[in-house]
Amino acid sequence: MSWSREDMVRRAAAEVRPGQIVNLGIGMPTEVANEIPAGLNVMLQSENGLLGMGPYPYDDQVDPLLINAGKQTVTALPGASTFDSALSFAMIRGGHVDLAILGGLEVAANGDLANWTVPGKLITGMGGAMDLAAGAQRLVVLQSHASKDGKPKLVTATTLPLTALACVDRVITEAGVFDPAGTHFVCVERAPDVTEDWIRAHTGAPVMFTP
Amino acid sequence: MSRSPAPGTDKIFPTVAAALADQLRDGLRIMSGGFGLSGIAEACIDEIARRAPRGLTIISNNCGNQGQGLAVLLQRKLVAQVICSYVGGNPDLAEQYLAGTVKVELNPQGTFAERIRAGGAGLGGFFTPTGAGTVVAEGKETRLIDGRPHVFETPLRGDLAIVRAQVADVFGNARFHRTARNFSPLMAMAATTTVLEVDRLVPVGDIDPDDVHLPGLFVDRIVHVPTHRNVIEFRTTRPRESA
Repeated sequence: MSWSREDMVRRAAAEVRPGQIVNLGIGMPTEVANEIPAGLNVMLQSENGLLGMGPYPYDDQVDPLLINAGKQTVTALPGASTFDSALSFAMIRGGHVDLAILGGLEVAANGDLANWTVPGKLITGMGGAMDLAAGAQRLVVLQSHASKDGKPKLVTATTLPLTALACVDRVITEAGVFDPAGTHFVCVERAPDVTEDWIRAHTGAPVMFTP
Repeated sequence: MSRSPAPGTDKIFPTVAAALADQLRDGLRIMSGGFGLSGIAEACIDEIARRAPRGLTIISNNCGNQGQGLAVLLQRKLVAQVICSYVGGNPDLAEQYLAGTVKVELNPQGTFAERIRAGGAGLGGFFTPTGAGTVVAEGKETRLIDGRPHVFETPLRGDLAIVRAQVADVFGNARFHRTARNFSPLMAMAATTTVLEVDRLVPVGDIDPDDVHLPGLFVDRIVHVPTHRNVIEFRTTRPRESA
């Protein structure tokens, strides 16, 4: 049985270390916030200008001018700070964000990431993804293992427009946890009942398995 | 370009119509603060839509959303070019981009912010690792710095910046609220004329110098606009824990 969406989010939360500054991308990565154990003293950075982001507000606390990068209403925790976008991206590009967790479309065995656009589909823009991919100290990608029509999303070389070169440290899919290792991926963890054969058949690059 | 240095003199305008009266013309490059619909200078945008100058270049992270904010200018077919970082959830922009009537220049968000900062800070550009090896780097100088490819990016400037702050004094010293600061102070630096739309206008001295986010020398015109629609794009809440 492969991991559910909730399992993947929980597994991603296990990447977070005490005291880290963490940026969570839009979509599934945003959900990781709910699974980070209290007491880790983690500070969430939101690239629209907030460090120390808290949970969604209570209904009577909603502030239209306090949002996350996905434009959802959020709260600011004690110790939070707000700042302009140049300073926010100085944090990101300058290597001051310890961990970014982003969605992905393709990851290559050398760590190249494509996650911002698919040619022929409606453009949305890269937003902060290229800066986060280039600047975060550690980058974890949360994505499905293969596309709906079975095309591998862990590949030898990306085919989609790149977000950043050689930036991904770890990929979490419904099948397990995979680290780009240059010319192949190392599978460091398998979801229950997902076989090595299934992974080999659904991965577009060689995979080595840790014992 | 002349700026008024003396506090409390001639920066206050009674309405946005008055503040923008001699500014709006076809082909203007307008910088607009805000993140999506959050923290935008609503009254200024309404006035631009009413006056309807054409062939505008809009420099804004999102250029509105869901038919609101700057998207109104798109709906009125006033926009020729958008320089931005994210256009998702903006059907007006997508439609006119696909039809070829609006040019879109996408920037990584950090590059977008820094280009505006550079424009206001008198810099000729900067090298950034963001975008190296991607379509963003095409046609741009790339240099190895400390063994890592960096892309040269040029400064961005505007003719007019429209920004909104929570509180400002009559010199234009401004403080923003929460995440409404975003690109606004940078744009105020980078435009020939900056119009500040402010929720609360106070006498000089009422804002502690340490609390000023945008020093008043970057602000040319100030309009007191006490109420805003403050449209929320995604109202997300959590239930109260039962006692």
